[in-house]
Amino acid sequence: MHYWNEHFECMSRDEMKVLQSRRLQKLVDRVYNRVPHYRTKMMEAGVEPGDIKSVEDIVKLPFTTKQDLRDTYPFGMFAVDMDEITRIHASSGTTGKQTVVGYTARDIDNWAECMARSLVGAGASRKSMVHVAYGYGLFTGGLGVHYGAEKMGCTVIPVSSGNTARQITILKDFKPDILCCTPSYALYIAEELYASGCTLEDINLKAGVFGAEPWSEEMRKEIEGKLGLKAVDIYGLSEIMGPAVSCECLEQKGMHIQEDHFLIEIIDPTTGNHVPEGEKGEVVFTTLTKEGFPLIRYRTRDVSCIDTSQCACGRTTARMMKLCGRTDDMLIIRGVNVFPSQIESVLLELGETAPHYLIIVDRVGNHDTIEVQVEMTENFFSDSVKYIESLEHRIKSKLDSVLGLNVKVSLVEPKTLARSEGKAKRVIDKRKM
Amino acid sequence: MGVRQISVFLENKAGRLSDVTKVLGDNNVDISALSIADTAHFGILRLIVNNPDLAETVLKKNGYTVSISNVIAIAIDDNPGALAKALEVLTDEDITIEYIYAFTGKTENKALVVLKVEDIEKATELLRSRNIRVLDDSEVYSL
Repeated sequence: MHYWNEHFECMSRDEMKVLQSRRLQKLVDRVYNRVPHYRTKMMEAGVEPGDIKSVEDIVKLPFTTKQDLRDTYPFGMFAVDMDEITRIHASSGTTGKQTVVGYTARDIDNWAECMARSLVGAGASRKSMVHVAYGYGLFTGGLGVHYGAEKMGCTVIPVSSGNTARQITILKDFKPDILCCTPSYALYIAEELYASGCTLEDINLKAGVFGAEPWSEEMRKEIEGKLGLKAVDIYGLSEIMGPAVSCECLEQKGMHIQEDHFLIEIIDPTTGNHVPEGEKGEVVFTTLTKEGFPLIRYRTRDVSCIDTSQCACGRTTARMMKLCGRTDDMLIIRGVNVFPSQIESVLLELGETAPHYLIIVDRVGNHDTIEVQVEMTENFFSDSVKYIESLEHRIKSKLDSVLGLNVKVSLVEPKTLARSEGKAKRVIDKRKM
Repeated sequence: MGVRQISVFLENKAGRLSDVTKVLGDNNVDISALSIADTAHFGILRLIVNNPDLAETVLKKNGYTVSISNVIAIAIDDNPGALAKALEVLTDEDITIEYIYAFTGKTENKALVVLKVEDIEKATELLRSRNIRVLDDSEVYSL
């Protein structure tokens, strides 16, 4: 099986443009009439649905940002009645309010379609046994892969994340050929596999579909070597759909965007203008077919570039290169989105230390670690070790629960953390991506 | 009441201790006793000095986090069992000791010990009533 849906994956660029234009027109018409937030924004921008005749006209439409989603929390951006929504997912809410997204039955089916294309691109077939070690739940990873693999007719093993000993037993005993999880978890599984005395002979993996966090080419080589598979990168975000917005094929030369469903733009984050093809910029997506939670020109804050030339695999869809950063200061640690401002809020809320902090992210073995150094203040210094330890512990518990990560907290002497002019340097990321 | 002890918050980092002592030395502050309580991340340096006010001022001026707490200094015979006898007095009255450390002895045949307790007044009275010598603060500063 080479393609899941050759018609859409290999159509000419011109045909794709016609299809996208038609779908964009319908989408704009729908959101204008059904989502008050879009109608208001379009009226403010002086644009009407009739002004949008082709994909080129998209520049007339206003951008949508994370702030718009917060302002309309929880269901304000939904474009259908609630009884048509069959599924809700939500982001971890790390930047304040969580982002809630809704899917109609058709959206779920389209998502499964995109995922099936991605899995086939990675070498899966109907006969594959797909081991899903992404988390199941409000996070889109687990269920996203699950529905795509099921749509294909694969045998799906919904292990979810965690319980690594069990993951290894399944890899050994059931012998799945496709593994789906975060790249750091794939490496962890590999380490534990070897630690338990297994070798490559004991497993049967052919390909891995890894995503939800940034990873390097070096990491790809390491995973491929240790697990004896081909590792491909998959991209997505819950606002747009979830994983499978784009995914690499076995050529490993950029992630094929499912362009019949998602219209990509690469913009200069400061001016908002398009950058020439091949140049890096902020990734902006418009969901062409989404019914439940359609987004117009959503600014992802991810930085990448695109290549619209035909891939050696035969697909004609544009490819996104591996992400090369963010336009904001978001960090992804063990698949969890972390904003430095969250740490500041916790410290201000506790009010027992100075709000000066330094985040040190590192990768020990294959584990991301996060340490937060916090400055001690005179007012809260006590002669008692017990008191200071309990202060550290209070900060840690609060950070752990807000970030959803195991954070190491260290109190440091006052005025030792660098105060730089203008924007303070709050993060030291020692990981090599 | 009691002797003024200087506490300094220090990160567990090479050179911090020598930095503090240098600041004190440069300002002619004489250290007569010190101890460190440490954890994996940080330490609390506790000092008995000849001029606690000056020590506090210069340390703060140099950016250290400093607090002052009151402790008791006692002089006991430098013999086996002498410390146990003194501590027993406090234990009998349910006075708990938060921490304790010894001085370098400059007093003939006496060992000097610093004690941190909750109720300094009560502990001092009690110790004195059992003939254990509690040093006056001025006496300690001039050691």
